Amino acid sequence: MSDLRPSLDTPEVAAAEEVVAAETTGTAPRSRRRSPAAMAVRRFRRNKIAVFGAVVLLLIVLLAVFAPLIAQQSPTAVDLGEIRQPPSSEHWLGTDASGRDVFARVVYAARVSLLVGIVAALLAVLFGTIVGAVAGLFGGWLDTVLMRTADMMLSFPPIVIIIVLAGILGPSIPILILSIAVTTWPTTARLVRGVTLAVREREYLHAARVAGASRGWLLRKHIVPAAMGQIVVVGTIAVAGAILSEAVLSFLGLGVQPPQASWGNMLNDAQSLTVIQSMPWLWLPPGLAIAATVLSVNFVGDGLRDAVDPRQSGRS
Amino acid sequence: MTAFVVRRILVNIVVFILIGIGVFLLVRAAPGDPVRMMIPPADLQEGSEAFIESRRAELGLDDPVLVQYGRWFLDAVTGDLGSSFISRAPVSELLIERLGPTVLLMSTALAISLLIAIPLGIVAAVRRNTGVDYAAAALSLGVISVPSFFLGIVAIYIFSLQLGWLPSAGMSSPGDGTGGDILRHLIMPAAILGLASAGPLTRYVRGSLIDELSADYVRTAEAKGAAPGRVVARHALRNSLIPLITIVMINIPQMLAGAVVLEQVFAWPGMGQLAVRAVSQQDYPVIVGFALYVAALVLICNLLADIAYAVVDPRVKVT
Repeated sequence: MSDLRPSLDTPEVAAAEEVVAAETTGTAPRSRRRSPAAMAVRRFRRNKIAVFGAVVLLLIVLLAVFAPLIAQQSPTAVDLGEIRQPPSSEHWLGTDASGRDVFARVVYAARVSLLVGIVAALLAVLFGTIVGAVAGLFGGWLDTVLMRTADMMLSFPPIVIIIVLAGILGPSIPILILSIAVTTWPTTARLVRGVTLAVREREYLHAARVAGASRGWLLRKHIVPAAMGQIVVVGTIAVAGAILSEAVLSFLGLGVQPPQASWGNMLNDAQSLTVIQSMPWLWLPPGLAIAATVLSVNFVGDGLRDAVDPRQSGRS
Repeated sequence: MTAFVVRRILVNIVVFILIGIGVFLLVRAAPGDPVRMMIPPADLQEGSEAFIESRRAELGLDDPVLVQYGRWFLDAVTGDLGSSFISRAPVSELLIERLGPTVLLMSTALAISLLIAIPLGIVAAVRRNTGVDYAAAALSLGVISVPSFFLGIVAIYIFSLQLGWLPSAGMSSPGDGTGGDILRHLIMPAAILGLASAGPLTRYVRGSLIDELSADYVRTAEAKGAAPGRVVARHALRNSLIPLITIVMINIPQMLAGAVVLEQVFAWPGMGQLAVRAVSQQDYPVIVGFALYVAALVLICNLLADIAYAVVDPRVKVT
């Protein structure tokens, strides 16, 4: 780790290392402490690929938030006099089979993809954290049942589960979010259970328990903070997975329904050879948008993993 | 060992029954009446209420849910999964005729992914932190980030439409059907599916080989003067590939998900295409049949992964 190299910021690094030492040995930290989160942020900012991913992601988020300002045209306004027009000064990315402006649809679709991705990942992480902590804290048969279920869920391909769920319950955005969350929670649950088991026997947890802390208190004040860094990493990677799932499902016609635009259902229109051959403006922009978004979320996720726990770095 | 295998099989049977109950209840909870669903809306006239009631009784839909489940389960284990609402053909027949193409697609893709992942993983591990290693890492991240259906559309654009080298859809050309023709149809979907699963496998081979290369016996081999290539090929690689069988087994269900999507892009006549069509037509018996087939596949792969892990590596103690 470059932290160990002598450099201009040596006093700060030394202080940071003292905090780490203090945390592991249990002695009181010095006043000039640097929190683990601040150290992670520093490491993250040194990772060029991760920062690049974060910048691209920020641009996409801004695109989604300010969609009405960026796209001058409506994403759903049908104009049958102007169908499948090539890109022009009026329609930057041309128009689709119903004469809707493709640029406006790509921009507005960012809202749907990010919404589905973030909400599904948040739900999955929340549920997974609770299940993992309960399994770790209570142990016994409850632990066995919960973790067996998690393992089972992990071995099933999420897309197939979502196809079956969406197929039986009918396609809609809430069903989409719920079924993605249902297939994503086990990763977080396994992680939080692991942290819980590691933390459970530490002195400060014994102390808290002796002082009369309830299990809910232990969960909120000790276990979740201990697992927070890794939860953020898993959550970020879950966002990437959820955005991909949304795209696949909408592409298959089982996710976001037209006329609402999503990158996946825009590609659904590109299933005919004529469209692929002569109208690349219909399928290239949404496809590149998915790839750019998922790739930058994954860059950020990888960067966060290295930042939160440098020892677990993928580069060894 | 036998006790271990028997216990694993029993556990998997119980899990399969639980999944069956889950799918059954899900379908029961689905909106809409199954009898009404079977009758085209145009044929629903006044006075057909009495007919619907009699059909409900005939099909046993008025019995308690538990009785219905028992009957459905007994039919299902004897291979009778009911008939498609749309085509009226037996579901098990529909699925079995689709099984071949899907197996062909997945096994070719698996071979391709191993042909990419093993050499690339070895090179990345041996030349750690060099350009090759970073390129392998970038490839792994790239193929899990770019959706395979988009890659499929791009491949059709380049290889079918611009270059005219490969057919864009189906499994064979009309009036043809020779091995060469099927192979030409197979190349694109299998290559893309293989590439998608090569990413995680490459990471795995690299990580596993790096672990082995730092083991004591490798240092011993180096110390007694074995050539570096020989140390990797004869000592470390053999051990690092043992758990690969397990990883491949676990990966097969994930590959099926990729196949479902790519079958759609390339109009490959497999189970995935059948399932996606059934979902858009709300053809519940076919959806349920597909779900049970997938569940069986996942459980069998898990079981084989467990057994392979214990059989291939004598160091693993089975309890």
